[in-house]
Amino acid sequence: MAKLTIDDLKRIKEETAKSTSLREGAANVKITVHMGTCGIAAGAREVMNALMEELAESDRSDIRVVTSGCMGMCSSEPNVTVELQDAEPIVYQKMEANRMRQVFKRHVLLGEVQTDFALGKM
Amino acid sequence: MRELSLHILDIAENGITAGADCIQILINEAPDKDLLTIVIEDNGHGMPAEKLQKPTDPFITTRTTRRVGLGLSLLAAAADRCDGKLEIETEAGRGTRIEATFRYNHIDRAPVGDMAATITTLIMGNPQVDFVYTHIIDTKDFVLDTRELKADTQDQSLTDPVLIYHLTQSIRKSIEELA
Repeated sequence: MAKLTIDDLKRIKEETAKSTSLREGAANVKITVHMGTCGIAAGAREVMNALMEELAESDRSDIRVVTSGCMGMCSSEPNVTVELQDAEPIVYQKMEANRMRQVFKRHVLLGEVQTDFALGKM
Repeated sequence: MRELSLHILDIAENGITAGADCIQILINEAPDKDLLTIVIEDNGHGMPAEKLQKPTDPFITTRTTRRVGLGLSLLAAAADRCDGKLEIETEAGRGTRIEATFRYNHIDRAPVGDMAATITTLIMGNPQVDFVYTHIIDTKDFVLDTRELKADTQDQSLTDPVLIYHLTQSIRKSIEELA
């Protein structure tokens, strides 16, 4: 039976040991990827994958990523909500992998709201 | 949906919404028998009686954000057009089991798609939920159990982005080796 072997796990663990030890602090940023049927069909999983890659490269330990269901605005899916501490949550619409990368690099890391993609404030 | 793995992501999210803390996903590809089976089982609170009357009717839904629910309807339609079917077993308080079958070689059958992305998306977005993913192709199989991963890495959430990245690569490789 093919499984992830103990060696695989040890390797993964060693590679992540550094960042895991840093992950104790509180989250300053919360990113919600909306994953209802509508979001998934519109490409939310690819958005999530791009986000996970950016996150892995960023070396930040205070960013929390969660998924949620549909917000009821299916025509603007995939939607992503970015909440920076002490700032209003911003909902982005019609996201795709590259837009997600831009929002991550500019809004999440630098605090510049990307109004071109924004649907509105919550 | 363009890939069956997207249906799986969608249905698994249903289970999580129903309060499940463990989701079991099985994909069984049996080209010899011309059969593809997908089973998604959760231990959530089950479907309400009203929904169970006609589970694949998009206009009967428990959601409140809009008046149509499409997840199960779309999967049922996908199975149906490949000479397969969708079976639902649900018990209040015990959970729900969804089984979808497809004729493996049917021209309309969507590819299984990127299961690694589906599984890691589920893990990343729902750290409190455990997943058991079994993928069988012919006689070979691959199993991933997040409870074992958590025990082996002594990490209770598995949401570390670097770990998720390596996990995605590792699952993708394992599935390729099955085929």
